[in-house]
Amino acid sequence: MNTEALKDLLYKIADDQLILGHRNSEWTGFGPMLEEDIAFSSMAQDKLGHSLAFYKILHELGEAEPDTVAFTRNANQFHNCQLVELPIGEYDFSLIRHFLFDNAEILRFDMLTRSSYEPIAKVATKLKGEVKYHVLHANTMIKQLGSSTDEAIERLQNSLNEALPYALGIFEKSKFDNELIAEGIFEGEEKLQTQWLENIKKVLSQTHLELPDLNTITPKFGGRYGEHTEHLQPLLDEMAEVFSIDPTAEW
Amino acid sequence: MYGGGNIFEATKFDDLATEDPVKLAEFEARIARGEKIEPNDWMPELYRKQLIRMIEQHAHSEIIGALPEGTWITRAPGFRRKMAQMAKVQDEVGHGQLLYSAAETLGKSREAMLTDLINGKSKYSNVFNYPAVTWADSNIISWLIDAGAIVNQMANAKGSYGPYCRALDRICAEEAFHLKYGHDAVVHMATGSPKQREMIQAALNRWWPPIMTFFGPSDKMSTHTETLVRWKVKMATNDECRQQFLDMYVPKIWELGLTVPDPKLHKNADGVWEYTEPDWVEFKEVINGNGPCNKERLAVRRTAEEKGAWVRRALLAPKKEAKYIKPLA
Ligand SMILES: [Fe+2]
Ligand SMILES: [Fe+2]
Ligand SMILES: [Fe+2]
Repeated sequence: MNTEALKDLLYKIADDQLILGHRNSEWTGFGPMLEEDIAFSSMAQDKLGHSLAFYKILHELGEAEPDTVAFTRNANQFHNCQLVELPIGEYDFSLIRHFLFDNAEILRFDMLTRSSYEPIAKVATKLKGEVKYHVLHANTMIKQLGSSTDEAIERLQNSLNEALPYALGIFEKSKFDNELIAEGIFEGEEKLQTQWLENIKKVLSQTHLELPDLNTITPKFGGRYGEHTEHLQPLLDEMAEVFSIDPTAEW
Repeated sequence: MYGGGNIFEATKFDDLATEDPVKLAEFEARIARGEKIEPNDWMPELYRKQLIRMIEQHAHSEIIGALPEGTWITRAPGFRRKMAQMAKVQDEVGHGQLLYSAAETLGKSREAMLTDLINGKSKYSNVFNYPAVTWADSNIISWLIDAGAIVNQMANAKGSYGPYCRALDRICAEEAFHLKYGHDAVVHMATGSPKQREMIQAALNRWWPPIMTFFGPSDKMSTHTETLVRWKVKMATNDECRQQFLDMYVPKIWELGLTVPDPKLHKNADGVWEYTEPDWVEFKEVINGNGPCNKERLAVRRTAEEKGAWVRRALLAPKKEAKYIKPLA
């Protein structure tokens, strides 16, 4: 088995979760209502837990400790898609991002439960239930708000248009995609995107939101290869602010 | 947290003049027998008013109290702390939610309470008008402010209003975890590198004066609360709570090799703690809006309310009819 390919897969999964978890946690204390504060915080905790689980697999494969990996790398060493690093914006943007990302994440987890690499399959099986709740939350809110006031529909539509190019970046293939498929480790980004599209269409069709024609959209690629927006490095600096006072200390 | 230092309105001689004396006597007898008062039971207006005031202040303290520690979520060092900090602050917001529901049973809506908070009409625990300057400040809050809150809430949980007591029972169970978390974080700092020890001592120095005011003004200067004590609204005096807190936590602080920044602080032979009287003039000033963070805290809350208004409006709106779905070709 190609360890490089495996590590590449694990890094992109874990980095997505860490960065989105971090972003979602920024809603604590600022949500549009207490229930959403709590929901975003709870999903943030899950995401962080998921990233930790995947960083642990990486550690077993010879990478540094999870804390070191998460708190000391620079932006160009991160493999997350750019979607997750964008600022939280207003609630409509955060909700749309959560909807687009988690609908892909649940399918990714589902695929990973069938991975030929057992540690991945085990973690995916164990944590999949949590992602299910994230999807349930996203879909419920999108269905409800997407069929409510004109104001809400307009906001969500604008955010959907804005987020979609970045969401397509979730499925940017790594150079190991074919290899991972051949080895039965991961079923590939293309298959993932096809199923994702079907699922989000199903939800959006029950709302007043329109999915733009994907053929007219240029995906925001680069994240999987360490190219990021200007928003990632400041996020990482903030995350490491205390840790970097003394990286050898026990906090 | 953070039910400490409730500010009660002084009760006036004629507050009860308009109440039905028979019902009032029965009400007081029930409380004396240790029964709980439930939302639909008869209660004097003063009881209702003071309870709304107290529970509302407590709820506000939870969600405003989430802010100083909340600013450290994104900066918490390492996975373990980052996840625990998130969970801890989330709990506080959850406490707010529970308490607003408890207060709503007395007839004031959450929206109305939040509006009064933003307008500065209702108060919250004064300690949150001070800044959490470093990560160590956040640890001191998690440990010692939550410790203070537990002293207060354990007392209040034995009060007379059913919904508040039940909310407090749930809250206290979670607070016990906060206390453990806060203590563990402080222990790591206090036994860590010289830099960490310096950080935690500096944070304790900053937070000790606000902590000493957490339970509210000294009994010598408090307004008359005899009726509230009889009605089991106020369950312990401010000084009783402060003494209990000092007795439980000063030894634990000393154990860690930290210095409490009060040269007068010691326990007398009779078991009573002596300390430098907190600056109650500053306390009043801060409560009235002139503390280091009052404006920032309320501005954050106001922004959240304003930016989230469209979501609350949308969730109340009737569902728009389904759009026309194009049949498949
Ligand atoms: Fe608390
Ligand atoms: Fe609390
Ligand atoms: Fe707490």
